[in-house]
Amino acid sequence: MRNTMEVIELKKLHKTYEGIVPVQAVKGVDLLFGKGEFTAIVGPSGCGKTTLLNMIGGLDAPTEGQVLIEDQDISALSPAELVDFRLWNIGFVFQSYNLIPVLTVKENIAFIMELQGRNHKEINDRVAYLLDVLGMKDKMNIRPRYLSGGQQQRVAVARALASSPKFVLADEPTANLDSQSTENLLELMETMNRTEDITFLFSTHDQRVMDKAHRIVTLEDGKVVRDGKQEKVE
Amino acid sequence: MKQYLKLAWRNLWRNKRRTIITLTSVILAVLLAVCMRSMQKGTYANMIENAVRFSTGYIQIHAKGYWDEPSLNNSFENNDLLDSLIGNNKNITLAVPRMESYVLASSGDHTKGVQVIGVDPRKEDALNGLSDKLKQGSYFSADDAGILVGDELSSYLDLSVGDTMILLGQGYQGMTAAGKFPVKGIFHFPDKRMNSSLVYLPLIACQQLFIAYDRYTSLSLMLKNPTGQSRTVTELSSQLDTNNWEVMPWEAMNKTLTQEIAGDNAGGVIMLGILYVVIAFGVFGTILMMTMERRKEFSVMVAIGLKRTRLIILLTLETLFIGILGVSTGIILAMPVLVYFKLNPVRITGDAAQMFEQFGIEPIMPASLNPEIFVHQGITVLIISLVASLYPLIYVARFDILNALKR
Repeated sequence: MRNTMEVIELKKLHKTYEGIVPVQAVKGVDLLFGKGEFTAIVGPSGCGKTTLLNMIGGLDAPTEGQVLIEDQDISALSPAELVDFRLWNIGFVFQSYNLIPVLTVKENIAFIMELQGRNHKEINDRVAYLLDVLGMKDKMNIRPRYLSGGQQQRVAVARALASSPKFVLADEPTANLDSQSTENLLELMETMNRTEDITFLFSTHDQRVMDKAHRIVTLEDGKVVRDGKQEKVE
Repeated sequence: MKQYLKLAWRNLWRNKRRTIITLTSVILAVLLAVCMRSMQKGTYANMIENAVRFSTGYIQIHAKGYWDEPSLNNSFENNDLLDSLIGNNKNITLAVPRMESYVLASSGDHTKGVQVIGVDPRKEDALNGLSDKLKQGSYFSADDAGILVGDELSSYLDLSVGDTMILLGQGYQGMTAAGKFPVKGIFHFPDKRMNSSLVYLPLIACQQLFIAYDRYTSLSLMLKNPTGQSRTVTELSSQLDTNNWEVMPWEAMNKTLTQEIAGDNAGGVIMLGILYVVIAFGVFGTILMMTMERRKEFSVMVAIGLKRTRLIILLTLETLFIGILGVSTGIILAMPVLVYFKLNPVRITGDAAQMFEQFGIEPIMPASLNPEIFVHQGITVLIISLVASLYPLIYVARFDILNALKR
């Protein structure tokens, strides 16, 4: 029997980058991620973490294998369908925040919901709630360049969560943050994971992030070498 | 759409200096293009207006064959059918009958070949303000037997107001035309040829001179809406028997002027083309820079769910904003300049003035405030802006998200 709470299923996933010397970034990965998981994907640089996240997020296509999101094979979707799929199902958090510089904090958080065509009341209520959780109500009308890196990343997380996606993909979300900002961000992500039961998958090198993860998947040379909760990863 | 408009507007001002420089180039080009075109079109309109009012009207009706052989024998008799056709055509505001021929004019020992035009004094005055051109004497009435003479002709023949001029020539169907006419007034036109060789008679006196009672050589028509001229020509041509009548637009009767305008207009269009290229490169540079420096931002937007078609709409809006701002500001700045030159036309001097006078045209360059000029320039610049943004739009439609994200 399949676990009906599985959100993401990766089946024999391969990714090879063609070139003068072809590079196999991911080699036959099989993984299942359940609803509400808070999972860290770890491993040395170049082990395939980002490639794996990109394929799960539909930003990159696998050379072989399948990415199933709630039983839907996203590898079979057209580019336009993928954009729509991402809009309704996936939240993204990038290493360097990537907020829209000409929009205010409030507008950045509301952006995806506006793309979804949600009504104003729904958008306003959700944004107000997230700003409250972020503790940034006083900064809602300022633009990202006036925020610290930590604050910007918190807004980026709020943006990813605003549309209540099935899961959030975060690529090295704390890489550019100091320890206090990292602590605050992790607290926010954990709170949202707990209160809204949103699945989080994040790649990281950061031990503090790993410490908070419920599950740690370790990749090496494009393969899964360890999968489970660990006390410490050396 | 509100969201895209807001984003596009704010994006435009991310780099204020660059946007202002681009806008300035568009504004200057539009200002120059509109002013140039307005002066050109104003001059053409003045030329056409002069030609139409003093010579042909917008449309002329003749008896068949008169245009090729302008003789009194090709004149026509006034008739009710013509009156009713003209009266029923809503685009015709004025129908001015004329009788034109050539005679010898004599006074004392001097004789000169002149053109005689018999006119309906009231209608002719309504058409071209003939009474305002008088330097001396007074305007004639329909039952007058007096004549109006050009100032140079009156000097040549040594005539003053009240003196008598003898006219001698051939009348209708070979009869002798001869008469003595008192000079009622002396006129001055911008065209020297008219001043030295033209005599106006009241129509009835002229018909009596040429023994061509109740006949005209032409009927000049003025129009309410000159742009509907060809339709009026077609309507009249279809209603009149073309075996007996010819209906001609002014362009067909004044080919030299038409060609002169077409030649000058072509030069203007080339100049405009150069200006448009400047605008196109300015807008292209800005939109390209705005696109390339935001590659990562675009990739993030597409990654989080913005469709590429929406991104294209966003970039198009940015381009349209530059175009609309540039065009509207350019036109607003041009308006006071053009209004000034409409009210105070540039007076042409020297050889150029002589050329104008050869065509019987007052040598001035008034500006035109015809809305068509502004609409055409505006639409052209907007289209150019959109064409200039094609490459950035193609880039956005095709760019690789992952490559752009890595930047």
